[in-house]
Amino acid sequence: MFKKILIANRGEIAVRVIRACRELGIPSIAVYSDADRASLHVRKADEAYHLGPAAATESYLNIQKILKTAKTSGADAIHPGYGFLSENPVFAQACAEAGLKFIGPTASAMQMMGSKTHAREQIAKAGLPIVPGTSRPLQSPAEAHEVADRIGYPIMLKAAAGGGGKGMRLVHKPAELNSALQSATSEAERAFGDGSVYIEKAILNPRHIEVQVLADEHGHTVYLGERECSLQRRHQKVLEESPSPLVDVEMRRRMGEVAVRVAQAAGYTNAGTVEFLVDQGKNFYFLEMNTRLQVEHPVTELVTGLDLVHLQIRIAAGEKLPFSQNEVCIRGHAIECRIYAEDPDNNYLPSPGKITLLLAPSGPGIRRDSGMYEGWTVPIDYDPLLAKLIGYGTDREQAISRLVRALNEYFVGGIKTNISLFRRILNDQDFHQGRVDTGFLDRLLNCSASESPEKDARIAAIAAGVFAHLDAGSASGNGRAHDLPENVFSSWKKSARLEAVKESRE
Amino acid sequence: MLYDITIDGKNHRLELDRADGRWHCRLDGSDFQIDAVLARPDVLSILIGGKAYEIKRERVANDMHLWVGSSRHSVEVRDPRSLRSRRSGVSSDQGPKRLLASMPGKVVRVLLREHASVEAGQGVLVVEAMKMQNEIKSPKKGIVQKIIADEGTAVNAGDLLAIVE
Repeated sequence: MFKKILIANRGEIAVRVIRACRELGIPSIAVYSDADRASLHVRKADEAYHLGPAAATESYLNIQKILKTAKTSGADAIHPGYGFLSENPVFAQACAEAGLKFIGPTASAMQMMGSKTHAREQIAKAGLPIVPGTSRPLQSPAEAHEVADRIGYPIMLKAAAGGGGKGMRLVHKPAELNSALQSATSEAERAFGDGSVYIEKAILNPRHIEVQVLADEHGHTVYLGERECSLQRRHQKVLEESPSPLVDVEMRRRMGEVAVRVAQAAGYTNAGTVEFLVDQGKNFYFLEMNTRLQVEHPVTELVTGLDLVHLQIRIAAGEKLPFSQNEVCIRGHAIECRIYAEDPDNNYLPSPGKITLLLAPSGPGIRRDSGMYEGWTVPIDYDPLLAKLIGYGTDREQAISRLVRALNEYFVGGIKTNISLFRRILNDQDFHQGRVDTGFLDRLLNCSASESPEKDARIAAIAAGVFAHLDAGSASGNGRAHDLPENVFSSWKKSARLEAVKESRE
Repeated sequence: MLYDITIDGKNHRLELDRADGRWHCRLDGSDFQIDAVLARPDVLSILIGGKAYEIKRERVANDMHLWVGSSRHSVEVRDPRSLRSRRSGVSSDQGPKRLLASMPGKVVRVLLREHASVEAGQGVLVVEAMKMQNEIKSPKKGIVQKIIADEGTAVNAGDLLAIVE
């Protein structure tokens, strides 16, 4: 087993991996930038080393600095978390060359799945279902027209070198194709340094369903159920759940087996996720593979009873998978909300700042993976994910009610968060019926939110007065105002009334 | 104690008296008996006629908000005894409104000139932070009295950007 593990990440995922290390009795090493010295992950680790200035290129994305820190600290393995260097084959290769075990797949498996067109080509060759379209970057507008006519409109133009919505264009008819091709190409060039674009058939209002796979380094690969991730805003996931309300036992088996074959085609080891688009006829098509542990892994952990980070570490240390496919059991239902420091009233713009008050939920069926704490200042330099709140229950209905209850208990003061968004989602009839697709959140956000009741305003007024009264009591040096004798109050009352009369006359 | 309280732009008059650990309130002429306990410096537990309310206070820059359960209300309290409220003078829809930066960043565009008229909700300046642009809007209809932060100025949270009269 490893002597020390360096976690090349920050925030809630660094805390989560550090916890797994502690549970396995392995010393953990944290790294931090200037902006993160007071972060939670630094406090929870056994050792912590400074990387550099806040900018990611000078810290969490800086391969040289991270490898140097690993050497200085005596780490023999690195867990990359998600984002940052987790899907960077250059980093995985550099770790291998430095004699450090990268807790994840090999550089070559990453490389194969990292290029969307290359991945599609390999998957198509293996006879597995992909979204109809091209597997190579388009060579000319003429080729684009030919392919589009063949597979039928509407079609989607996509960037070969990256995702996140950049370089994507939905085209409904031939007349739109040329200009869409031009703008997709230039956007892809600006975002990824590679303007290559390919075509896929556009599936209308698809569902995004992904399968968790896990493979050891001895040839055993299993699937661990699926996650429904259709609730997205601008192609960023906001809420995920397992199992998917759409998927039955038979479909789970078929999707899982395809996912395993995809992983095997890539020579994949450790934890990974195969993403599918599912159309209204319940047909599923390979979209892409994510060669890392994902943000939403907790929902899978809760319904399978497995600890994926423990398993990642053990697989990387050379252990065999301690269970077989038919021992994997999906039980109950889990739903995760991603809590972001964003302003729902201002187009979800990031809302950094100091957290002045934190009331965090707990209780039955509630899991909270968090990187924030009361008094912490959310830095402006990174992705604003604060925490993940997961509700687990025997069935979907119970998971929802537990999550709603927990969201009512959750209060983050001093910054804006998207907590109110989840109340709206979880209250929605279509959501309750499991009628979701990738257009769901846009439709929900287009309807205006309901107003707060009039009655609350009066309670707020009373509370405002009480706060002011108590503030004044403590400001004058008397912390325990309610212990003061009656006559002191009366003279305060008298002079206050006099001043109030004077004030209102002015 | 007498207070003038504005909740979400609406004015209320509150009289609060404390005797034997109980609070007597008169809110806009209606009388209530309440029980109030401070659980933490910014968390109040209030009981009114058996109903329980948890109120959280949030103070960011010069703004105060109170949350009653999960609904949020903007709050201004004019306490006759406090120096701060005497200094800020009449605070209502009629007074000048200060536009503050809500996060650190840089002013990239000033949308209106001084003395221009502005509608409630209309953008006055644009502040850029974390590679995203944030339009600072006027909370009321009026005239742009003064632009304090010019194009190119770096700002911190709470900094005064402009005043709308």
